[in-house]
Amino acid sequence: MSVIELEHASKTYPGGVAALRDVTLTIGPGELVAVCGPSGSGKSTMLNLMGTLDRPSEGRVRLLGFDMATLSDRRLSAVRAHWIGFVFQQFFLTGHLTAEENVATRLLYLGVPGRRRIAAAREALERVGLGDRLTHRPHELSGGERQRVAIARALVARPVVLFADEPTGNLDTASGGGIVDILWKLHEEGTTVVVITHNTDLAEALPRRVDLLDGRIL
Amino acid sequence: MISVSPVIPEIREIPAPARLSAWDLVAVGLAGLRARRGRAVLSALGVAIGIASMVAVMGISTVSGAGLQEQLARVGTNVLTVAPGHSISGDQASLPLESVARVSHIPGVVGATAIAYVKGATARRTRLIDPAITNGVGVAAVRLDVLATLKGTVKSGTFLNAATARYPVVVLGTYAADRFGIDRPGRQIYVAGRWMTVIGILDSLPLAPDIDNAALVGWPYAEAQLGFDGHPTIVYERSADDRVGAIAKVLAATADPEHPDQVQVSRPSDALTAELAARAAFNTLFVGLGAVALLVGGIGIANIMVISVLERRQEIGLRRSLGATRGQIRLQFVVEAVALSLAGGVTGTVVGVAVSLLFAFGQGWPFALPTQVVVLGVTAAVLVGIVSGLYPARRAAALTPTEALATLT
Repeated sequence: MSVIELEHASKTYPGGVAALRDVTLTIGPGELVAVCGPSGSGKSTMLNLMGTLDRPSEGRVRLLGFDMATLSDRRLSAVRAHWIGFVFQQFFLTGHLTAEENVATRLLYLGVPGRRRIAAAREALERVGLGDRLTHRPHELSGGERQRVAIARALVARPVVLFADEPTGNLDTASGGGIVDILWKLHEEGTTVVVITHNTDLAEALPRRVDLLDGRIL
Repeated sequence: MISVSPVIPEIREIPAPARLSAWDLVAVGLAGLRARRGRAVLSALGVAIGIASMVAVMGISTVSGAGLQEQLARVGTNVLTVAPGHSISGDQASLPLESVARVSHIPGVVGATAIAYVKGATARRTRLIDPAITNGVGVAAVRLDVLATLKGTVKSGTFLNAATARYPVVVLGTYAADRFGIDRPGRQIYVAGRWMTVIGILDSLPLAPDIDNAALVGWPYAEAQLGFDGHPTIVYERSADDRVGAIAKVLAATADPEHPDQVQVSRPSDALTAELAARAAFNTLFVGLGAVALLVGGIGIANIMVISVLERRQEIGLRRSLGATRGQIRLQFVVEAVALSLAGGVTGTVVGVAVSLLFAFGQGWPFALPTQVVVLGVTAAVLVGIVSGLYPARRAAALTPTEALATLT
């Protein structure tokens, strides 16, 4: 059984820009996949479709075999809450919240009660090696640490699949390497991880690589 | 790495969105405000001013209304006065000598009394004041039962009695005493060409402003020494409550059977009742002004929330990617707006109530906590919050996750 299936998926934006053309791709459980391509190649569009942040203009997107096209916006939100973890290039941490509060926010939309949210957040931060930074605020953390908080936030809900959009894009080589290590560990534990990147070196190092150009898979 | 994520989760169905607890909703809304405190305080201030002015106006109206009503209840609305009008020839008419006695025999009349201005007599502080310069204070002969009938009280000293009513002593109405600068008995004033001792000062009589402004002497003394002809100027009559209307019809003819058309019958409590009504009308205006201030405050909140939504697209996009539904985003912003408005509303209500209670205290009125006004103030704040939050919240919820996230890259 596949985790993600794109079946002749296309995305055309208003104005006629075809960002993704007829893409078919299957990602199985536990895979660590790099989606690689230069800017404008359709990587982000593909991430949006796979992560249910957007709907395809044509074709199908299936998660765990379920067709996402038939779902209402409310259901898609629930799918994201329960199945999907996102890690963004810009981290998107909330400035006035501590690391553990940032991570705990992820569980809010799963309906987890407050006290258990914080406990789970601490555990997730320990998993990414930030057990000593629980009550630090984002501006007190380095870039690499911030990205690890973001990874902890994605992990804390135990998603079926983790999407990392240029996770090392804003980081220096050393911090970036640390993030890649964490992604490898998650893969070794069995998590399905999709990394979107324009960095071919990073893509080359991962077990599977999908190259995109002009909205098509090469 | 402690725990291992499941390789293939055993998922048989699409998950349903979780409901946020009320507590979590409030916490999320307040967190948004905590991050921008200065702005939150300023935008709540607008609502606070609006609510405070509305609550203060209505509160003052409530306590002053209570004060007036208390006064009305104390003095009663069952007093009628009979005063001479003008005769056909235009002269000032006077009432017949026996009018008081006749009025007191009307069925239902509980008490009848009278005062009479002594023609040509004035009261002055000293004999040195030139009569050409000021008129002085009017001198009125009073019957001894005038206080009992009008429920008047003595502020200091004593009222006239059967003995002192025959001697050159004077009791001052409250305003007359103010004009003389006299606040206690014992002084002498110059009345109708002779010195008289002030033996008492009255409290204000809301039903008889004539008495408030007069220097009062005994009826027998005025007749014996001041050349007073004994004709009453104003007859006061107190009746049983249910007989007021019937008595009013016959009062003129009873008081002056020969010239009933030259007699004016009036109900002095009407002035107080009219004041109550006038005050209510005036208050409507001020409440209207407060409502305008509140409206402006509400628009201020809407404005701030719209800006907030623009600035926080990142947060909105993140929350959507974390699994927040449109409804949850909308609620978050409405809760935020309501929290802003409520904070302003509660502050405004407290200030408004404090102002009205201080006002009541200053006027010596009873403390009537305007409960309805408090409820109204808080309810208005919540409504303003909901209404002003709805539009920004809808804009926030309308953003798709990709739009919200894409604006940042």
